[in-house]
Amino acid sequence: MSTIEIEGLHKSFGALEVLRGIDLAVEPGEVVCVIGPSGSGKSTLLRCVNLLEQPTAGTIRVAGVEVTDPDCDIDAVRRGIGMVFQQFNLFGHLTVRENVTIAQRRVLKRGRAEADRITAENLRRVGLAEKAAAYPAQLSGGQQQRAAIARSLAMSPRLMLFDEPTSALDPELVGEVLAVMRALAGEGMTMLVVTHEMAFAREVANRVVFMDAGVIVEQGPPAEVFGRPREERTREFLHRVLEPTRVRPAD
Amino acid sequence: MRLSPRRRRRIAQAVGYLVFALVIAVVVAAADWGRLSEAFFRLDIARGMFPGAITVALRNTIVYTLLAFVFGLTLGLILALMRLSSIPPYRWFATAYIELFRGLPALLVLFMVGYGVPLAFPDREIPGGVYGSVTVGLGLTAAAYMAETIRAGIQAVPKGQLEAARTLGMSHTRAMISIVLPQAFRIVIPPLTNEIILLTKDTSLVYVLGVTATTIELTKFAGDTLNTRVNPTPLVVAGLLYLLITLPMSQLVRGLERRAGRER
Repeated sequence: MSTIEIEGLHKSFGALEVLRGIDLAVEPGEVVCVIGPSGSGKSTLLRCVNLLEQPTAGTIRVAGVEVTDPDCDIDAVRRGIGMVFQQFNLFGHLTVRENVTIAQRRVLKRGRAEADRITAENLRRVGLAEKAAAYPAQLSGGQQQRAAIARSLAMSPRLMLFDEPTSALDPELVGEVLAVMRALAGEGMTMLVVTHEMAFAREVANRVVFMDAGVIVEQGPPAEVFGRPREERTREFLHRVLEPTRVRPAD
Repeated sequence: MRLSPRRRRRIAQAVGYLVFALVIAVVVAAADWGRLSEAFFRLDIARGMFPGAITVALRNTIVYTLLAFVFGLTLGLILALMRLSSIPPYRWFATAYIELFRGLPALLVLFMVGYGVPLAFPDREIPGGVYGSVTVGLGLTAAAYMAETIRAGIQAVPKGQLEAARTLGMSHTRAMISIVLPQAFRIVIPPLTNEIILLTKDTSLVYVLGVTATTIELTKFAGDTLNTRVNPTPLVVAGLLYLLITLPMSQLVRGLERRAGRER
């Protein structure tokens, strides 16, 4: 059973059709990176998986449960899906420890001792054990994003969604977040990652999906998509992203 | 002769100070200080107001303020949530309520609660006597203002906070209680403190409900003393006692706003 199965997914915002028929499956343990120009619908696709956006048409199954079914208990499904946002979205009124603990206590109903133990474990995992008592505003962007990853991991998810996790970071802080994600991939976590970090996609992804204008243009192993892109649109995008200094005004 | 810009600025400044000093001097010279102190600063009359001014009048002013504030805050929170509800009739009701009670004088509402309700429902009465009527009478108006303040506070919490909470599996209600409202209240503490200051002053309207010796508040207390002693000194005493409540709170609001400004 695939971890994610998407069939015929359409999503419109008013008259604007952002997703125009997406079919995609993600297998357990797979790391899939979604790349493409801004406005291509990558983030909307990701946000449909846990129903932060309500699809206009199509079906989405996560671990066999159809989330697009109106009778689906979406809160229960979301417990098993971690999500990491571009803007971190740490809870500003809570310390890092409380950020990681609150959903364990309130949603999973874990006891205080168990929740504290799992929180400590996951903060160690992202290298933030000594920042447990800090508030988000006292952390760097990279530290905030790692704390946000720990917050998701503490829920023991079967799937992690990453929505441009390094796009809001200063360049020198990108590496520490990618290192955590790479380690996570190494542990066998199923990951769907929307990213502009081509080096990360090339090295860590099992599969790269290139989207443009609301459709999947091509997908395959990173060596193929980056090395021998079949589609002209993919080639052009990769040229712009990988060799930005060679782009001519006419391109 | 041409003046340098610096000299011109100095002269303009000197003229400004001089005008101010002249006006003060004229007022001081023109005032009849003997009459004034006889009218407003009779220490014997002021002394006669204590301890009642504090143990009864000031105490009741504070009690009325707090009761109306708690009532208004609770109702205001409910109205704010109704205004943001996805169910249209809730939104309509909340909007109508807020528009209505923001547009009516607090005194009129107090009359309505004090005299209208007992006439409309002769067998029922608002529990708590005058205290109950004041709580409702002032709280209904305060709730309308606080509802708008709280709504703005909720909307000032970034949308990503709710999304992050929902993706962790929290229900909408749980996310509001644990994540959104605590942050919204931090944002609205300064404007809500202003609301307490306004309420403190509005308690001076309570006399229209016919207060007794034990339920009297500052303004009525001062007014009664004014009538018996035929001297306005009590008004000055009451004014000072109001400032005793409101000035520290203004100070508190300034401190909170400074702190909020630093955190951003």
